[in-house]
Amino acid sequence: MNNLTINILDKSYTTPTDKNSKQVIKNFQLNLANNEFICLVGPSGCGKTTLLNILAGLDETFSGNIALSESQTLPKVGYVFQNPRLLPWRTVQENIELASEAKIETLDFLLESMGLATEKNTFPAHLSLGMSRRVAIIRAFAMDPDLLLMDEPFVSLDPPTARQAQQLLIDLWSKRPHKVLFVTHDLREAITLADRLIFLHSNPMSVIREIPVSIPRSERQNEVKIEQFRQQLFIDYPEITTLL
Amino acid sequence: MGFIYRRSILTLLSISTFLALWQGLAWYLNAETLPSPVTVAKVLITEIQSGQLSYHLSKTLYRLSISFSIAMLLGCAIGIVLGRHQKLNTFLDNWLVIFLNIPALVTIILCYVWFGLTETAAILAVVINKLPNVIVTIREGARSLDTELLDMAKCYRFSKSKTLRHVIWPQLHPFVMAATRSGLALIWKIVLVVEMLGRSDGMGYQLHLFFQLFDVASILAYTVAFITLIQGIELLILRPLDKHAQRWRR
Repeated sequence: MNNLTINILDKSYTTPTDKNSKQVIKNFQLNLANNEFICLVGPSGCGKTTLLNILAGLDETFSGNIALSESQTLPKVGYVFQNPRLLPWRTVQENIELASEAKIETLDFLLESMGLATEKNTFPAHLSLGMSRRVAIIRAFAMDPDLLLMDEPFVSLDPPTARQAQQLLIDLWSKRPHKVLFVTHDLREAITLADRLIFLHSNPMSVIREIPVSIPRSERQNEVKIEQFRQQLFIDYPEITTLL
Repeated sequence: MGFIYRRSILTLLSISTFLALWQGLAWYLNAETLPSPVTVAKVLITEIQSGQLSYHLSKTLYRLSISFSIAMLLGCAIGIVLGRHQKLNTFLDNWLVIFLNIPALVTIILCYVWFGLTETAAILAVVINKLPNVIVTIREGARSLDTELLDMAKCYRFSKSKTLRHVIWPQLHPFVMAATRSGLALIWKIVLVVEMLGRSDGMGYQLHLFFQLFDVASILAYTVAFITLIQGIELLILRPLDKHAQRWRR
């Protein structure tokens, strides 16, 4: 089992305008088991994106430690940003190939399973937002990462499109399991997708609750069950209501 | 199709109006110093037939392309570095301001004085004149690079050359084209001065000769040839390049 241990003791920002530094993350600890799908739920602006940037190696000014249990190295990270961040001057296929060494069969399989088989040679400007996001997800899967980070990848999609994208993501993830950290502030989305929910509070960010989702994966499409689970969460853990 | 047709009609009309005005003015003034387009065309044909024009034009074109390539390559490299490194930029910015403001003539004279009346000195003088312009233009582009895409490249562990080729270069493309266009316009003017002052062939040398002979028709004939050439470069090389690089836009 190749677990991932995340231990961030302190992450602070100093803004140029005032000299006091602001602590964004304090004592954040998380352990991801192999192929575990974790949703981080918390108010916007609580530092989730900062956390993901640290995990992706884009922000190195923090104290703490991130390591895979087997190799004690930093994980190879596939990052699905909130904006798709595709290279507009490269086609869908080129965008995916540039970020990974995926074989053409893998690429075709991924495009097929995300419903984008016909868009291989399309430039991103001709894709809808939902499609661009799916391409960004494929790009992350294609590199076969140790850890997949997803920063609200389905925000601002209309509900049917978002549901379809969630379903495609889960189908793909079941076929190609990876450790996933999925940031969202939509609790229904989190319950639909996650093995485990992590509730965060802000200023500075730290974990207040970890709750496993007990609904079997086969019943996650049942919206009544999701809603029941959600209502039960509010009864069992009233403190999370303030976060949403 | 109708639009393109109308446009080419307009272009034709505009050029013939220009020629008609020129012809009219030459006719009215009837002076040695303003030959008519017909006279100029005759001279142009004789010069082409004698091989003189193509000889001198190719010399100039050779100097133009060598100095242009060196200035663009160096300018892009330095521009990218300065655009990405704030401290280095602050340090070298003053040098840049100095070089931007040295008159072209001064650079040319100094190059000839220091390095002799040689081909290398001539090309060096043109490069030094053009380089600061390229650097400034490319630097603007390198400053405004999309950090989101650079972060993406870093996260997905793009190598340096991959980042340069697929992330940075396409963003710099409009700036490179701007530097190319303004550069071409600037360089050929400087090349002529360089040739006039210290070379024994090329357009600049010929123009100087015609000036001493007061041969305005030849001067105009060479000018027409040069304008055609530069327009040819724009239409046959730059436009298709531009079109290819912009194909991803909606």
